Amino acid sequence: MTKQTSGTESHGREMTGAEMVIAALSDQGVQHIFGYPGGAVLPIYDAIFHQQQVQHILVRHEQGAVHAAEGYARSTGKVGCVLVTSGPGATNAVTGLTDALCDSIPLVVITGQVPTHLIGNDAFQECDTVGITRPCTKHNYLVKSVDDLPRVLHEAFHIASSGRPGPVVIDIPKDVQFAKGTYSKPSEFQHKGYKPRLKGDQNRIMQAVQLMARAKRPVFYTGGGVINSGPRATALLRELAKLTGFPITSTLMGLGAVQASDPQWLGMLGMHGTWEANWAMHDCDVMICIGARFDDRITGRVDAFSPGSTKIHVDIDASSINKNIKVDVPIIGDCAHVLEDMIALWRQTKSQPDQKALGEWWKQIDKWRARKSLAYKRSDAIIKPQYAIQRLYELTKDRDTYITTEVGQHQMWAAQFYGFQEPNRWMTSGGLGTMGYGLPAAIGVQMAHRQSLVIDIAGEASVLMNMQEMSTAVQHRLPIKVFILNNQYMGMVRQWQELLHGGRYAESYTHSLPDFVKLAEAYHAVGIRCEKPGDLDGAIKEMINVNKPVLFDCVVDQAENCFPMIPSGRAHNEMLLGDAAESIEDAITEEGKMLV
Amino acid sequence: MSSTSHYPAAIHSERIESHTLSVIVDNEPGVLARVIGLFSGRGYNIDSLTVSETEHEKHLSRITIVTRGTPMVIEQIKNQLDRLVPIHRVVDVTLAGPSIQRELAMVKVRGMGEPRVEALRLADAFRARVIDAGPESFIFEITGATEKIEQFIALMLPLGLVEVSRTGVVAIARGPEGM
Repeated sequence: MTKQTSGTESHGREMTGAEMVIAALSDQGVQHIFGYPGGAVLPIYDAIFHQQQVQHILVRHEQGAVHAAEGYARSTGKVGCVLVTSGPGATNAVTGLTDALCDSIPLVVITGQVPTHLIGNDAFQECDTVGITRPCTKHNYLVKSVDDLPRVLHEAFHIASSGRPGPVVIDIPKDVQFAKGTYSKPSEFQHKGYKPRLKGDQNRIMQAVQLMARAKRPVFYTGGGVINSGPRATALLRELAKLTGFPITSTLMGLGAVQASDPQWLGMLGMHGTWEANWAMHDCDVMICIGARFDDRITGRVDAFSPGSTKIHVDIDASSINKNIKVDVPIIGDCAHVLEDMIALWRQTKSQPDQKALGEWWKQIDKWRARKSLAYKRSDAIIKPQYAIQRLYELTKDRDTYITTEVGQHQMWAAQFYGFQEPNRWMTSGGLGTMGYGLPAAIGVQMAHRQSLVIDIAGEASVLMNMQEMSTAVQHRLPIKVFILNNQYMGMVRQWQELLHGGRYAESYTHSLPDFVKLAEAYHAVGIRCEKPGDLDGAIKEMINVNKPVLFDCVVDQAENCFPMIPSGRAHNEMLLGDAAESIEDAITEEGKMLV
Repeated sequence: MSSTSHYPAAIHSERIESHTLSVIVDNEPGVLARVIGLFSGRGYNIDSLTVSETEHEKHLSRITIVTRGTPMVIEQIKNQLDRLVPIHRVVDVTLAGPSIQRELAMVKVRGMGEPRVEALRLADAFRARVIDAGPESFIFEITGATEKIEQFIALMLPLGLVEVSRTGVVAIARGPEGM
């Protein structure tokens, strides 16, 4: 444990601000930091040069650094770390910070700043970093004195990783990096005001248990909060699901908390969720929401959302409760803590689910399942994107695999067709919907799991937004696999234009695409193209077996749409299936067309 | 726009209420920007905002905010405020029990002859103090609830009102307990 020894040794020692940054990272157990140097962070880079504990991964764009750190954090449960310079370095990081805030990903992002005497002077590469990042971080700091630096560094890790996790920015002026001060190691400090609540209110949990025991048509609706809470929350959720026998669905961010092969699993819910998940949500009498936030992609039309149900909502963030949907039993606390108490109370009260009612409920759910809402028309001539994901799943499911995605149709198909069995295996930009997330995120995941198979399921439009990071993957020998479902369109934009704008495909066709095979080769990576369903398995196997970064150009049906879909302005029980595609235009109201 | 949208439409059915919030914060750089940024970023209203350090040794400030919204929005505002790291406590003075709310205004009135005498008479009735006087002007200092100050200003308007400077509302709960 060299890192801890070094931390203890450095305690109370005089050093520069830049050295304190490294000492603190080391004391916090950080092994990897993603970054890009520049004038205002050179002292910290100099400190990096002089040590071995913290490995720096040079990216090609600061946005890539933040997404890589997000992938790293989400796949490990640790805090992701980033180091960028002032001005453009900081502003380029903003998209990643906002993404991490939306999806509650713990990050510590260190930005360089111009020397304190130049702050406010419109100096070269100066920007108001704390001002710009205030609304897109959980918290941020401008450190004006080296004496504050050790406390701020340790506090940042605590804030990023506790409560509802999120990104924290530490802006360090260059003179503070040079200044000497006394380093102190992380202590068991208590922040005066910041005390996240972990334990839920016992009376409310009891109320929830009683509601669950009386429920006739219950459903668990879980989200990213379960994943963020850690593996124990997942285990407890599975235990509670077993104990009750209730059906369970989850948001995009919650995939993997329940095994996709579990018979109680209904699939993802929401805008592109399954028929059975959304109908169960609509018709349930008791909804148990754990670590999800009633996002608008989930609820559809708010006033028609699950009209007859009593709603239990477990969330660590009080501001998530009663924000979009009024709930009956709010429980503020960490998912694992509350689940543990729920299970204990369920057992203690010798609660039994209403088996007769539950049997009827499952019969109804089986009828919904029989609609096979994810069905699509197969083809021997052209690769259907859904088929590509299914084959990718079949050929990788027995391996140690991590999946990241970009944003759009391919992301929804990945969520629908890739069967996740474990948490922390699925990295996607949910809240912000950031195209260009998947490739750098895969780099972060691969950095943390060198021996694993890491696949970015991508669209050809999204992946071009951060394509430069291929160079990072090659430099650091990270054999990520970029599996591009290439339909030559911004597919989700095209789908909405087809359904809402009379098929007028304004600017959604991606003209002049690069040759992805040649592009891969230009990066000294491997390029594979596949155009026929019959060749797909062989090509995927080839991709898996290459121990280098791969761009896989999977040429798919350009016209395929992502179904099921809850059209704009509609409720869960008004969702449309693929075979109903032709009637969709009539199904969307004029008002619905005004909205996203 | 009706509520038939995928981005949920605003809920107009609930009544709009005015609430006064007392917020205890660390008196550190940027804390006011965080609070104000939260309100502007999430589209909440600020009717009045006052801030000053109230506990010097602990570097704590008290912010008093008067805001408007539906009960659901007011609840959101409190929870969102509570989430900010430098915020120690948020108390809804309007809900917490009986409270006293005051603001102070300085009101400049210019005039000669009868209007000047009338202004003085009214100031007396409102228990406003004269804090500056010249041959053709007065500055009154008046303390009270917002309605009283509004009323006084309205009365001064035809008598030669020049300008007003107001503190905004400060509030405190009645009784022996602190927040």
